[in-house]
Amino acid sequence: MKRFVRQGFVSGLALSAALIAGAAWAKDDITIAMQLEPPHLDPTSAAAQAIDSVVYVNIFEGLTRFMGDGSIVPALAESWEISEDGTVYTFKLHEGVTFHDGSAMDAEDVKFSLDRARAEDSANAQKALFAGIDSVDVVDPLTVKVTLTEPNGNFLFNMAWGDAVIVAPESIENIKTTPVGTGPYTLGEWVQGDKIVLNRNPGYWGAEPALAQATFKFISDPTAAFAAMMAEDVDVFTGFPAPENLPQFEADPRFQVLVGSTEGETILSTNNKQPPFDNIKVRQAMAHAIDRQAIIDGAMFGYGTPIGTHFAPHNPAYVDLTGNSAYDPDKAKALLAEAGFPDGFETTLHLPPPSYARRGGEIIAAQLAAVGIKAEITNVEWAQWLETVFKGKNFGLTIVSHTEPMDIGIYARPEYYFQYDNPAFQELMTTLNSTTDPDKRTELMQQAQRIISEDYVNGYLFQLAALSVAKAGVQGLWANAPTAATDLSAISWSE
Amino acid sequence: MSRNLILGAGLSSLVVLSALVSFVWTPYDYAALNIPAKLQTPNARHWLGTDHFGRDMFSMIMVGARTSIAVALLAVGIGMSLGVPLGLAAAARKGSWLDELIMRGNDLVFAFPSLVIAILITAVFGAGAVNAIIAIGIFNIPVFARITRGAALSLWEREFIMAARVAGKSAAHISAEHILPNVANLLIVQGTIQFSLGILAEAGLSYVGLGAQPPTPSWGRMLADAQTMVSFAPHLALIPGFAIILTVLGLNLMGDGLRDWLDPRIRVARS
Repeated sequence: MKRFVRQGFVSGLALSAALIAGAAWAKDDITIAMQLEPPHLDPTSAAAQAIDSVVYVNIFEGLTRFMGDGSIVPALAESWEISEDGTVYTFKLHEGVTFHDGSAMDAEDVKFSLDRARAEDSANAQKALFAGIDSVDVVDPLTVKVTLTEPNGNFLFNMAWGDAVIVAPESIENIKTTPVGTGPYTLGEWVQGDKIVLNRNPGYWGAEPALAQATFKFISDPTAAFAAMMAEDVDVFTGFPAPENLPQFEADPRFQVLVGSTEGETILSTNNKQPPFDNIKVRQAMAHAIDRQAIIDGAMFGYGTPIGTHFAPHNPAYVDLTGNSAYDPDKAKALLAEAGFPDGFETTLHLPPPSYARRGGEIIAAQLAAVGIKAEITNVEWAQWLETVFKGKNFGLTIVSHTEPMDIGIYARPEYYFQYDNPAFQELMTTLNSTTDPDKRTELMQQAQRIISEDYVNGYLFQLAALSVAKAGVQGLWANAPTAATDLSAISWSE
Repeated sequence: MSRNLILGAGLSSLVVLSALVSFVWTPYDYAALNIPAKLQTPNARHWLGTDHFGRDMFSMIMVGARTSIAVALLAVGIGMSLGVPLGLAAAARKGSWLDELIMRGNDLVFAFPSLVIAILITAVFGAGAVNAIIAIGIFNIPVFARITRGAALSLWEREFIMAARVAGKSAAHISAEHILPNVANLLIVQGTIQFSLGILAEAGLSYVGLGAQPPTPSWGRMLADAQTMVSFAPHLALIPGFAIILTVLGLNLMGDGLRDWLDPRIRVARS
């Protein structure tokens, strides 16, 4: 009996010692959940945001990078000089940067990456970012000179995109499954359909991040997302899919809720080439038939900022043009009558899976029905949406959030899926791209916002909110989403 | 009449009645959104509360009954109108190549899990009530073909059929005049059961978004919409859930009761 007691005492001591030791070590791993799994891990050959959400500034880095507040700061480029006329950028690279395979990152790699992205046969999803590059020249191993055909006020911003990261030439063949970058994390394992594990890169050139390991879990179902977070199976859920559940997390001291801004302009995309949408009066009528606040409250449970044009409200150059399309069903009916549709018309409304589209679509269909427009709802999966709507342009209306930063330029592409063709706007965009003076740029951007707002190209609904749920002890998460990213280096656990 | 039959018929007619009434009257417009009035629990103004868009749940359940019944009824109709003649033909030509063809075709359709194939059909040909009807209907065909053939085969051995054959009546004639009326009871009972399965199938398809498309209310979609809100607005899921349970229970009880009531042997034994 005595022996048992003593044993119990000793093991109790050992246990409490282990507990104390455990408390002294701060937790250095994290599980981050998101809805969509990346199709592969090469940010330079696909538009999928999910790729950037995993690899951007974790595995791959560019010459410049986005910070959580949207500012652009140096990354692999330590500094740069811009020639007098604004056409030559000379980047000075960081010394001692190595790729995950151990090879050195130098000017040759930068030249390779940029030339690969802008090549004729490049699979880059954002080739426009590189369109103005005339040549890329290696000056010495740590200096690279980029010559533009004309000044481009956006060039450093463009180089910060996930599509412009620097890749290792020898890794290209297997980049989709074995990404080799320069970032603070390396790919550990990828269990398809479940998770991706990243490990801290011991050879990282910059400051050592706090987390040794990060696991990205993919949970697409909103109900499962809620359950996983509530059960604390995951530490963070970025892009939480069910806004209706956020008040419960807010009320629970175990969790914190982060509400920020994204670059996602959520719009009722309208096929401008398909009658009757080729008639501006019809588009204007639809704009007045839509009650944005009802959509924000009904579909997003209040999360979202109304917009009146295709521009992010947190951008300093934003103009509030919601007045152009104020909710006024009587005016909508009058405009429809003027356009020759006194009894309305029938059209289709394709809705991709996110709840902003599915729920928003039901609300919009009801609002359009109130002025006589009968929009037949078809729920589609993303693959089907890309095929029929985005590539096939075979649609009347659809709802989608355009999450690329500063993407008003899509209105200058007449072949883009909503098929808006306005030469005056296209000219304005060309002027904007070659303008470097900030004041002049702001003026041009505002002019562009007004043109598309007054042309009622699409129904402008709201700016998507960035909704994240995290355990109370997680700090350093980006509240806003200036680009798709999960900046692991910034994240740590509070003591 | 048994207690089952009365209870089943009562529940079923309640559902049918509310579906019929919904054509002329619902407390509110089922499609009218009223966002500020969303997520109300049952109260005096909204007897079953309101959903996440502020629509009246009572009105939606009534119109949802209409959707369920229409889809299930038409699907059973397809199954009966194709399955019964096939079964009769197979029985009339027992053992022939026609019998083999029909029955092996049946086996083929039967071998597939019906809901999975229904999902496939609606995914390929597009989501919507019409395709849901066709998909569910196709899987009702072998059910009716088999049951008709089985019952008809035993009838073909009976003396009164022999008499009809001796009298020179054609097989088609005999099937229509003598066989069909004698299998009718069986078909009514099976029809009731298939009807309840049809309601479940419709709810399943619309739960995954392949049934009737919004704004047409459907019980299955109401359940799906309620999924993320169960933790703070459980009535959104409970109400359509109970509607489905009560309807299916009612139809099954009625089917059982009808079988007992219509079965001559049980009737004789009872009297």
